[in-house]
Amino acid sequence: MSNDQILGLLTGIVFGFLLQKGRVLRFEKQVGAMLLQDMTILKFMLSAILVGMIGIQLLAGAEIISLSHKPMNVGAVLVGGALFGCGWAVMGYCPGTSIGALGEGRLHAVFAIAGMVTGAAVYAELYPFFKSTILAWKDFGKIGLAEMLNISPWVIMPIFSALILLGFVWFERKNL
Amino acid sequence: MKLVTEDGGWSPYLAGALLGVLAIVSVYATTQWLGKTNYLGASTTFVRAAGLLERTVFPERVASNEYFIKEKVRVDWQFMLVIGIFFGALISSTTDRSFKLERVPPIWQEKFGPSVGKRAAGAFLGGSVAMIGARMADGCPSGHGLSGMMQLSVSAFLALAVFFGTGTLVAGFLYRRRQS
Repeated sequence: MSNDQILGLLTGIVFGFLLQKGRVLRFEKQVGAMLLQDMTILKFMLSAILVGMIGIQLLAGAEIISLSHKPMNVGAVLVGGALFGCGWAVMGYCPGTSIGALGEGRLHAVFAIAGMVTGAAVYAELYPFFKSTILAWKDFGKIGLAEMLNISPWVIMPIFSALILLGFVWFERKNL
Repeated sequence: MKLVTEDGGWSPYLAGALLGVLAIVSVYATTQWLGKTNYLGASTTFVRAAGLLERTVFPERVASNEYFIKEKVRVDWQFMLVIGIFFGALISSTTDRSFKLERVPPIWQEKFGPSVGKRAAGAFLGGSVAMIGARMADGCPSGHGLSGMMQLSVSAFLALAVFFGTGTLVAGFLYRRRQS
């Protein structure tokens, strides 16, 4: 294995370990969040975002790493996001958690994984069509919130962090 | 707040915060060692896996497909990351005894019965649609939801809102118990 493969594998093992320990791999947890009954996956994701954001913004500010925004292609994100949401609700897993779910014994995740590989192949076939239609609608490019609002990320971060923490307080109060 | 849950798992706040630390270490390590900042993500790997499989039957088709050329069909850092997730979950669940063989999840069974075929069809169709959507939106809850949000990307905020918005609508329609 090459260096990038070894590093990827090690990072993935820790990623999968934490996903499993946080108990977010399960169908019940994913669907529970979508039914607004069990916020475990939101607690997990928002905690990761809170901690990761601070470190990544510090490293990017110091120019040690570079940011890599995904394009704000409005049609693609809206239509693709909606398709993803529909499929996610039926499947009960997202791409990363499906693999982890199989690792903790959820055999039916195999069908989700097979479906996703098939979906990827279908997307590759339809790509030229999407490129001239949905993907061509309105692309604002690879933009960050700070550039869009023309303010420092260090103004956005405390506000966003406070909102996340308020969300946590609300989840705990409501016992979600 | 308990750090360990009743079933031996960790508080989602703790496990999530540690994932945040992993994300930071990972961007630093990939930048230092691989010369390029890599962010956690998963869905592109399904494109590469599709390309690798399809290539065994239709090599020319894959070699000439614009999307496969764009995403490069190879076993790269993220591909191994996704494989690692399997082993990480396996290690964690077998060591704390939460590993459980399951053919049909309970919530699904309540609504659609114990049929493995039905669940398989649902998971397969749901997976296909979800992946077409994730590739169109250029990310999934890992790439947009975690990495994009950490970078404060505009696309991530919109994507995550749409993922959860539509997920909530469809899940409510599919699984909510009818009050009778």
